[in-house]
Amino acid sequence: MRVVLTAIVVAVYVLHQDLWFWRTARPLVLGFMPVGLAYHGLYCLLCSAVMGLLVKFAWPVHFDQAALLTEDEGR
Amino acid sequence: MIPALFVFSYLLVVLYVGIFAFRRSSHEGSAEDYFLASRSLGATVFLFSLFGTNMTAFTILGSSGHAFSNGIVTFGLMASASALIIPLTLFLIGTRLWALGKRFGFMTPVQFFRDRWECGHIGTVIFSVQAALLVPYIIIGVMGGGSTLSAISGGWVPYWLGGAVVAFVVMSYVFFGGMRGTAWVNTLQTVLFLSFGAAALAIIGSGMGGFRHAAEEMLRSPATAPLLTRERISPWLFLSYTFIPLSTIAFPHINIFCLTARRMKQFKPTVILYPICLLAIWLPSVFLGVMANRAIEVPSIAAKVEARKTLATQGSALPAEERNRLRQAAAGDDVIVLLLSHYAPLWLAGLLGAGIMAAVMASDSQILALSTMFTEDVFAFYGGKERFGPAAQVHTGRIFVLGLTAVAYLIALRAPTSIFELAVQYAFSGYSSLFPLLAAALFWKGSTKWGALASTLWTVFAVVGIAIFQYAVPAPQSGPPVVAWTLFDVAVLSRTPGGTAVFGLMPVVPMVLISTLLMVAVSLVTRKPTEQTLKRYFSQQDRIRGSRSSRALVTSTTD
Repeated sequence: MRVVLTAIVVAVYVLHQDLWFWRTARPLVLGFMPVGLAYHGLYCLLCSAVMGLLVKFAWPVHFDQAALLTEDEGR
Repeated sequence: MIPALFVFSYLLVVLYVGIFAFRRSSHEGSAEDYFLASRSLGATVFLFSLFGTNMTAFTILGSSGHAFSNGIVTFGLMASASALIIPLTLFLIGTRLWALGKRFGFMTPVQFFRDRWECGHIGTVIFSVQAALLVPYIIIGVMGGGSTLSAISGGWVPYWLGGAVVAFVVMSYVFFGGMRGTAWVNTLQTVLFLSFGAAALAIIGSGMGGFRHAAEEMLRSPATAPLLTRERISPWLFLSYTFIPLSTIAFPHINIFCLTARRMKQFKPTVILYPICLLAIWLPSVFLGVMANRAIEVPSIAAKVEARKTLATQGSALPAEERNRLRQAAAGDDVIVLLLSHYAPLWLAGLLGAGIMAAVMASDSQILALSTMFTEDVFAFYGGKERFGPAAQVHTGRIFVLGLTAVAYLIALRAPTSIFELAVQYAFSGYSSLFPLLAAALFWKGSTKWGALASTLWTVFAVVGIAIFQYAVPAPQSGPPVVAWTLFDVAVLSRTPGGTAVFGLMPVVPMVLISTLLMVAVSLVTRKPTEQTLKRYFSQQDRIRGSRSSRALVTSTTD
């Protein structure tokens, strides 16, 4: 799973460099937004989705447990 | 005058929220409560406050101004480049810092470095570099407050008084409210930011008769069509901007803030929603900045467009003074204010004023972070806490807040803004260059204090070196960069209109790479920390067992 998630993160990093929309404004998304800007707006949503995957499948639970144990011992 | 009243009302609300409304801790008076809100922040405050801490005046004013001159590329450079890197570093590094802080009692990154690498004075060197890179932010915050309040009131509030009012308000809620007050004020600020973007977009769009026509008109004109693409920027330069968000987690006010969450799960909404918050604030600001190029019915904007046109067509033939005057006239930092004052009703202009003040006052977190660092990394580490007791630690922190704000205000009155704007520009690259310290301390057993020292000294060398280079080699007016050093016909070091380029990349790229290289190379040939220390950080079982006796180790090690 870790390898798949790492590959997804690397792929998303690469997708930031959208050379395919570099020199064009058309099509204007919704009739007014240059495609390069709309792409990067959607890119933010994609990043949020990827973060959701990381939180769901790679959350470092053991750190939380260690911290909770410390708190319990402190009481 | 009405917008100024909105701003003053906002400042009063901020004072109330910061000082009175949220001082409700059972541990009031302890250092952990004052500096870290007793590590007790809930998910919503943690998200909004962390986001607000990272937003500055540049987010609304600077981004639309940059987009006005450079086009849609602004969003890719400064917003979407952060949308992956910042939440990823919060996920990978922020959560780990939180857990270590909870287990070992750390309150600053330097405390962690001292314990992790068994060092003392090297920690002081790191503290000094971090503090030196942070101070310009605080000064520029006071400067921004003074000029914004003066501009919003139409000159009725002079710069010196505006700066004093902002410095007083920030100082008051940081002094009394500490981290809890600062976090709630930042939450309020973020809510204001988020509501501002959508409202401004709708109202200005309706005022301009919709954006479809404006976009089509811009595409028809050869002067404005490139603003809707990225053809004027090199893909390599665009790529190098993705290194800048590495600075975020390395900023002390951000990584100290990571320690304030009640539970690690508080990071979850922050990590997931951070890119959406970026989108909600930056997309309207950048889009409105670009569209302002068609708002030529606003006289001040028409004058800017005209000044830019003159610069482009006759720039090289004009005397330097005239070029500078035109460049200032073409600057777009106030386009969003101009758009709103033309198209929006007074109440929205007032709300905007409050939003701008909220952005300008982002220096609160930096002041508190510096105070935390001073009291923990210097005062407590060098025996002040033992000699004068824990209560003196909080008093020292509060006195430091007073002194720092007063000094920042006095400097803001006398020094030219441009110096500090430049220093802030270097600070981002500087903190990105310090990122390998955090990564190595958390993820690499083999890292040593000498590797950390090498990376830190390199950061100082690089930041000072770029500053001297930019001072010595004047920026070209426009067009191709001035090449200062070539190697085998390849331009190594160039002076560009916006700064410096190394192999066509921003200096932050070689700074981060060399810093990483130094951390690795020097660590490989120097002595590692003891096995006991490494076990506490890297052995899974010991991570849990070792938490029992670690707090006492925080300040007991020396070089």
